[in-house]
Amino acid sequence: MSTTATAIGVSSKRGIWGGGNEPLNASYGKLMMWFFLLSDIFTFAAFLITYAAIRVSYPEYAGAMDTFQGSNEYWPVPELVFNAFPFAHGLHLPLVFVGLMTFILIMSSVTMVLAVEAGHRNDKKDVVKWMLWTLLGGICFLSCQAWEWSHFIHGSDGGSLLTYVNSMNEVVKETVFGANLIVNEYGPASFAQLFFFITGFHGFHVTIGVVLLFLAFYQAAVGVYERRGHYEMIEKIGLYWHFVDLVWVFVFTFFYLI
Amino acid sequence: MAAHNNKSSLEVIPRDNEKIKKIWKTAGILLALTIVEFIMAFTMDRGLLLYFLFIALTIWKAKYIMMEFMHLGDEAKPLFYSIIVPLIFLVWLVIALVKEGTDIFMYRW
Repeated sequence: MSTTATAIGVSSKRGIWGGGNEPLNASYGKLMMWFFLLSDIFTFAAFLITYAAIRVSYPEYAGAMDTFQGSNEYWPVPELVFNAFPFAHGLHLPLVFVGLMTFILIMSSVTMVLAVEAGHRNDKKDVVKWMLWTLLGGICFLSCQAWEWSHFIHGSDGGSLLTYVNSMNEVVKETVFGANLIVNEYGPASFAQLFFFITGFHGFHVTIGVVLLFLAFYQAAVGVYERRGHYEMIEKIGLYWHFVDLVWVFVFTFFYLI
Repeated sequence: MAAHNNKSSLEVIPRDNEKIKKIWKTAGILLALTIVEFIMAFTMDRGLLLYFLFIALTIWKAKYIMMEFMHLGDEAKPLFYSIIVPLIFLVWLVIALVKEGTDIFMYRW
């Protein structure tokens, strides 16, 4: 067995099939985290591919960019929908806020790698420091997403004049503000539905991640991992946190850029 | 007594600045690729070429996150392939569902 801090222990008394061995040279927890993440990749991929399928079933907006008006007849242009920024009401700042969110998440991913790296060195002080930064990044990202959702739901000043079937099954023509699951001022109903579903599911993952990060931060700070002899928990939670970042990279491309 | 129990028996290994530099370099690449995507979104015409470039850059970023941040490249080769190979199924899902969506478009409009 190597002398570096690790959770891997190979039993020499029992045979290969006797249990207690680590297949693929990875500890049980890490292996299962990888397979969980693989299943989660499929879930998110199904969502994003569904987005693509529904999107190509609608016509694209063909008019001029500066006279864009939301309609349920065609798919909206994302940079004209997501163009708001906190405390900058009325300004056209396309994708700036999502860009900021992406930056925050990538940075928190970097501090997470630094925490994992410190864990390999059994450096408790560094682990605690970088875990705290990661935790902060996660909370910042969630706060940004809360603002993003709130703005998306409340909508723009002007709204859009739409003809649609309401929840009472009546055809109505009225100015719609913001978004809900039945109608939205930006595009077809499925545009807002997919927005809520995909970014919501990702935000849910981030929320779980923040809880796990706090747990690991606390346990590292009070010395649980030090007594245990290794910082593998940081590594496992790190895998999950990087996965959340990985998914956001894809959500950013498919939802906000394309 | 508790204070004595908390005394660490683990040896702290000093920082390896090369490793830390590499992490920040990877972070720089990820941010640079995102900025390139950002610029492309405003300077290029919307169309298949742009979408193709966006997806290529995204997969490039995903490679960096998985290989450098998640250290998938350092794992045993069978583990690496058992994570990467199943993703081939997604290729079929993309082809099937995008074809489905295009057909719905034909019927509807």
